[in-house]
Amino acid sequence: MPANHPSKRGRNSTRVIVPHRTPRRFYGHGIPDVEVDKLAGKLIVVEGADGSGRSTQIQMLVDWLEGCGHSTVQVGLKRSTLVSEELDRAQEGNILSRTTLSLFYATDFADQLENIILPALRAGQMVLADRYIYTLMARDLVRGMNEKWLKNLYGMALVPDAVFYLNVAPQDLVERTFSKYAKLDFWESGMDLGLARDMFDSFLKYQALMARQFKILQATYGFHIIEGRRPVEAINAELRKKIEAVLSGHQVT
Amino acid sequence: MKTFAQLGFPGRLVAVEGLDGSGKSTQIYLLKRWLETQRLKVFFSEWNSSELVKSATSKAKKQELLTPTTFSLIHATDFADRYERQLLPLLRAGYLVLCDRYVFTAFGRDTVRGCQPQWVRDIYSFAALPDLTFFFKADLEVSLNRILDGRPQLKYFEAGMDLRLATDPYESFRIFQGRILEQYLAMSSEFNFHVIDANQSIEAQQNVVRSLTAGKLDLGSFASQESAHN
Repeated sequence: MPANHPSKRGRNSTRVIVPHRTPRRFYGHGIPDVEVDKLAGKLIVVEGADGSGRSTQIQMLVDWLEGCGHSTVQVGLKRSTLVSEELDRAQEGNILSRTTLSLFYATDFADQLENIILPALRAGQMVLADRYIYTLMARDLVRGMNEKWLKNLYGMALVPDAVFYLNVAPQDLVERTFSKYAKLDFWESGMDLGLARDMFDSFLKYQALMARQFKILQATYGFHIIEGRRPVEAINAELRKKIEAVLSGHQVT
Repeated sequence: MKTFAQLGFPGRLVAVEGLDGSGKSTQIYLLKRWLETQRLKVFFSEWNSSELVKSATSKAKKQELLTPTTFSLIHATDFADRYERQLLPLLRAGYLVLCDRYVFTAFGRDTVRGCQPQWVRDIYSFAALPDLTFFFKADLEVSLNRILDGRPQLKYFEAGMDLRLATDPYESFRIFQGRILEQYLAMSSEFNFHVIDANQSIEAQQNVVRSLTAGKLDLGSFASQESAHN
């Protein structure tokens, strides 16, 4: 394991810790014919806006987990073999109506859930999800979609073992986005909502709406809010500590 | 779920449902011709999906990549696309819209595939219910024979092959259609289907369809502006 990712277990020990099994369930109706008791692996979700540091943190967690002897699998949004290509084109053209786009994303999610996440968990792997249903729900909720409808739709999703939300203020996100991409993204600025004619204003307003929506969702789904305006290492140390608790079957504090 | 009338739309939606081979497409076509001769604002909604959704659906089907859940969701996406782009504007504009199949096709098919009935229904709850739904009830053997007599190439999902009901596609299709028929019958009273005996002659069925349509809808209010000027 990389020397810059120290951990109390793993570095000097040859013993690989077998994760503690905890009861599993779906949020709602779930996926037909899935035996949740056979899902031995752990599902860890990292949520947050673009530029909140999700992918950096996930890469560090992968290095650490694999160093500790756990097999990992990574998933994210819009990565299904089924519809990811069409979703890209749909975004470029901004041609689909709200319900249609929402269901399209749900299809992409379901495909990954059934073909990647569930098989990996059955095989006892650690699944690291770069965003999950919460981003999809928050995006739709700020666009006025019905909450009950969304909850039923995503009742197909498995309840993760832990969900971390990287909280970064919209002003800081702007800077990070500029330094990474040199421009703002149409969708991440919520330009389809008509919040402002100016992309910069729209970005700030949209990200503030999204952050507020995540706080509302947090009350229902109980994710751990991680303060994202800190050194990368400090954030990762906090994540590792919480994930260690998950692996040993404790409540994450 | 409410009908378009209950939601205050000026338009009305008439849907036909039934198994393949029940003759429903013939009946809705004849209903359309009759309404047209009366110069009413009528629109027959063909399921023209947008390029994008069609591309995803046909690719997924060809590669046999779909599970019951993704099958259900990709068809819901397709339906939402048509609903939002075509049906809603027409119904707002006060048209009589005729649909060959509606949400009930999905309810039956997805339930047979093993999806939770309530999950599927709630997903489609963004769509209003038809103001009039005809269900064409033919004997299972009659419908099957109409389709299978020509020995058509049955597609994988069309034959329900993903359900592993039988290794022979024709046998699989028979079992699959039988289960869908059971679902239709179970939905019949819940969704207020007008059940038409599809074993009767085409003309006898059309008589019932026309008189029910005239009785349930205020057809006069759909007179097109053009005819008013004539």
